[in-house]
Amino acid sequence: MSPTEPRENDNQDIASVEQLLAHALAMETEAAERYAELADQMEVHNNHEVAALFRKLAAIERLHVDNVNTLGEGMALPHIAPWDYAWETPESPEAPSTIAREIHYLMHPWHAIALALKHEKLGVEFYRRLAERGEDPTVRKTAQELLESEVEHVTLLERWLARVPRPEKGWNEDPDPPLLQE
Amino acid sequence: MDATSACPSYSARDYKSDVKPVWCPGCGDYSVLSAITKALAELSVPPENVALVSGIGCSSRIPAYTNVFGFHGVHGRALPIATGIKVSRPELTVIASGGDGDGFSIGGNHFLHACRRNVDMTYIVMDNEVYGMTKGQASPTTAPDWENSKLTPQGTGINPFRPLVIALASGANFIARGFSGDPNGTARLITEAIRHPGFSFVQLLSPCVTFRPEQRDWKDAVHAAPVEPTDDPARAARRLMSDDGFNIGVLYRGDRRPYRPAPTPSVDSVTELEKEFLI
Repeated sequence: MSPTEPRENDNQDIASVEQLLAHALAMETEAAERYAELADQMEVHNNHEVAALFRKLAAIERLHVDNVNTLGEGMALPHIAPWDYAWETPESPEAPSTIAREIHYLMHPWHAIALALKHEKLGVEFYRRLAERGEDPTVRKTAQELLESEVEHVTLLERWLARVPRPEKGWNEDPDPPLLQE
Repeated sequence: MDATSACPSYSARDYKSDVKPVWCPGCGDYSVLSAITKALAELSVPPENVALVSGIGCSSRIPAYTNVFGFHGVHGRALPIATGIKVSRPELTVIASGGDGDGFSIGGNHFLHACRRNVDMTYIVMDNEVYGMTKGQASPTTAPDWENSKLTPQGTGINPFRPLVIALASGANFIARGFSGDPNGTARLITEAIRHPGFSFVQLLSPCVTFRPEQRDWKDAVHAAPVEPTDDPARAARRLMSDDGFNIGVLYRGDRRPYRPAPTPSVDSVTELEKEFLI
């Protein structure tokens, strides 16, 4: 099986609220950091419109980090090595891969929102599986709370996506690609 | 108080600098940077105890993006610099890094001898089968029929360099291959490579989205190595010779003792050292 293919593990490794929150904290933090990195990349490449959008997405994810921190106040969360998280994706579900097909210095706001929406939906699925099928009732309850906040984010992104034009074919064509080292 | 994850004293962020990478958006090297910093956090090695050395090329900019001691060296010369650092400061965690052109062409001879010497350090090569910084020429690992370079419009026609086979034949003590589309798996490989005594070589398939955009499809081509790593060089050689170039994982874990130089008498002053060079 390819290391990049989705894995079917049904979140069986998440048996306590502490484990769930450790996953949630990692997922929201990684998403916030990834969007901030993507904003930096777009700024470096003078794509300021998309940079601002990624900056906004990072800020929303940081609110989710705060939410997880509030839920976990006073708890000692277990340490989990990056490769031992119960993700079904190579990285945490809400963080777009840095080599995602949509990521390009000429990308449009539509691509950024569509990418974020795809990953928010993966986040929703992650929480939904636990909310519906988690063995521990407290895990199910906490997953449901986190799920509701993610669903709001999905709705928001769907509204944004409906407002921006879909780019035309050939949006990424550049006969002389730039190299910033020059 | 915030919820905190127990254990490691450092997070990946602690190893990143404030310098913004200038790699192309979509470049695989972003994931490699992430994997290296995650690995160092897992190892809990203080940033001031790490030296990251590179040569020249897009990927060789990586030391600037980290918060550890960095040395952006001369083209192809990351390994001799890293070797010097490790033998003089054995307590440091030393990582050399760079690209396929830097490591296998300009620095090819250093690669052979670093494997042979087996100093306890880790060499990470971000392999995208192209010279990206100079706008897309064939590198040692480029397939012979790649026709998209203006310099070799009909392909190079030259057999590609096989770094893992060469590393094994030359004596590397740990050999692995990863893919930048799997940064957590890559972080694990780097962690194991750093922990393993001796010279560890990690080839990371890292797409160049600007000059080799087709490499985005590597995510569908890579697959976990079907067998457990071996410590038998003969068995590893058979596997690597029949390897399709997309097996991911630890492929060889040897047990050769790392090279340690004999202690040299200390020199009292620079003037005394200079005397050795007087004609």
